[in-house]
Amino acid sequence: MDINGLFSNFGELTTTGLTQGAIYALVALGYTLVYGVLRLINFAHSEVFITGAFFAVWTWQFLWGLNQDSTVSGLVAVGCLVSAMVVAALASATIASVVEMVAYRPLRKRHAPPLAFLITAIGASIVISEAYAILTRRRPTGMPTLVSTDPLIHIGGVPISAADLLIVASALIMMIILDIFINRSRIGRGIRAVAQDANTAALMGINKDRIILLVFLTGGLMAGIAGVLFNVRIGVLTYSVGFLMGIKAFTAAVLGGIGNLRGALLGGLLLGVTENYASGLFGTQWKDFTAFAVLVVLLMFRPTGLLGESLGRVRA
Amino acid sequence: MRSAIDRVRAGREAVGAWWQRAPRGVRWAVLGAVIVFFYALPNKEFYQYLGPIPTTGSNFGQVLFTISIYVLLAVGLNIVVGYAGLLDLGYFGFFAVGAYTVAVLTSPVSDLNTQWPWLVALPFALIITMVSGVLLGMPTLRLRGDYLAIVTLGFAEMIRLAATSSEFLRGQRGFNQIPHPPGRYADGTPVFGVLDPRPYYWLVLTLIILVLIGVRNLSRSRVGRAWVAIREDEDAAQLMGVPTFKFKLWAFAIGALIGGLAGALFAGKQNFVNSQNFELLNSIIILAAVIFGGSGNLVGAITGGALVAYLVERLRGVELFGWELYEFRFMFFGAVLIIMMIFRPQGLIPNRRRAAEFADRRREVTVGG
Repeated sequence: MDINGLFSNFGELTTTGLTQGAIYALVALGYTLVYGVLRLINFAHSEVFITGAFFAVWTWQFLWGLNQDSTVSGLVAVGCLVSAMVVAALASATIASVVEMVAYRPLRKRHAPPLAFLITAIGASIVISEAYAILTRRRPTGMPTLVSTDPLIHIGGVPISAADLLIVASALIMMIILDIFINRSRIGRGIRAVAQDANTAALMGINKDRIILLVFLTGGLMAGIAGVLFNVRIGVLTYSVGFLMGIKAFTAAVLGGIGNLRGALLGGLLLGVTENYASGLFGTQWKDFTAFAVLVVLLMFRPTGLLGESLGRVRA
Repeated sequence: MRSAIDRVRAGREAVGAWWQRAPRGVRWAVLGAVIVFFYALPNKEFYQYLGPIPTTGSNFGQVLFTISIYVLLAVGLNIVVGYAGLLDLGYFGFFAVGAYTVAVLTSPVSDLNTQWPWLVALPFALIITMVSGVLLGMPTLRLRGDYLAIVTLGFAEMIRLAATSSEFLRGQRGFNQIPHPPGRYADGTPVFGVLDPRPYYWLVLTLIILVLIGVRNLSRSRVGRAWVAIREDEDAAQLMGVPTFKFKLWAFAIGALIGGLAGALFAGKQNFVNSQNFELLNSIIILAAVIFGGSGNLVGAITGGALVAYLVERLRGVELFGWELYEFRFMFFGAVLIIMMIFRPQGLIPNRRRAAEFADRRREVTVGG
């Protein structure tokens, strides 16, 4: 235990925690949306996330001709970021829909038991991550530097970089757009209806399969953006990072209350901050252990999370 | 294509019917022949006549040992997933507990410095894994199915991360000089040496047969019937007076025990244990094996475990269009999981009852699908 380590770095640990937490939150949305509608843990969502991350790197490499040593700034950097976000979001959304159509829809048609879905999800997750493993020959991929991670401003002595600001701001904007989309739009109303009672919604003329596909698409878009932000923050991408990110995002979703959109944000930020404090306290090698411990304890004692499970659903 | 599948199906049914009708003596004779075949398998004098079956890329005796460990694990996981219907994604965690207990108690580099012989450490390893199964099961078995799966996964990863990070479990450096099982030939050379993997294979094979006898009897007892009842409908089982929690705990504990046994055997053979031996993917491969073979059916689980482990080793060193097939092994298992769950959720060699459960669900009515 290193109490001093925690307090002397308290500000930095908090900012790191919040930026990481913002990324967790974006990925967590995918789990929460799918769970809210289908009551299904989309285990393959972690691979939807790395799809975004890989397509972002490939955009930078092949569209902009950048490699891991290049540094860009100004308008070029903005162009890189925006194009990567578009490509990554589309790629992730596509993969998410493919997973739904190949791995889940046939099972729904056959009324498979719930655990069968989890098993195909694991299968899909392995197939996708191994595809990237083979494509990258299991080597890490380096990133160009687009947004500086050096301190930009100091707030109360705590250094904050442009990358931190970009990540938190993008995550928040995406969440606000999503919240408005789900609560105000016609399609959002359809999603909430299917979440509340899928069969009744179907009887009222809502195309259930289309709504489900849309939910996977939306979750995929968010995960794609998260992939770009992850690249900006970490700077190295390996095919296997998806698993850990997936577990942490799922923990975040459960922490906030799975099926609850605002809960995903709360859970993500909370988890990010908690694991960074823990790494300050016990050493960085215990950071991931903390995330798993939070997950296990949470599922055992409060599986409904902090804000409760809801996506227009009143639960028995 | 269709007719080929039908012919295979008819052939399998004919074999099944023949087995049901065969007199007792014939059945024992067939079983005996199968057992003799597997004991004879690692000898070069025997397997050189088997054509393309022996592996080209690695020592066949070593491969058979790996396969036997997978079979043992598949039999253990089959109790948890196949009989009791509890999805355990962290089964390899128990394997890790078994292997680490042996390592800590026997290795000279361990902090305990007990340096016991392997055979003395074995019962402790079994007890500790069984206790860890109960300890994990007590708080988690009240959870519903998908959350249980995630918690077991979290548990296994916690064991691995703790092993990587803590001083006591020595992380990547691991434990070396773990003693082999005891025993010497008449001329004084040890039975379980470094060079020859065959004695280890024979040891595991013998233990598998013992475990199978135990599991088969258990599955036909009150306990086994309770497991099936829980798998089919937990609420109904509870209402009929089955103490579901108790029996779920038993399934976990016995599954853990078998996983721990496999871990202890692995440590005794390998001589070295570190945290890299226990990646999550292994848990998933064993799950794939059980589902592929046919969960809830002992012959299915054995076939699944053997096939999956064998295919991995058989792919080693084989190239197709310039691609090393071994690279695709995990992808292949992922695809197996998806394809099996969609088209044949009951597995290659199904448990008749389990297959009926799946068929029953398929006939339910869809609203607005």
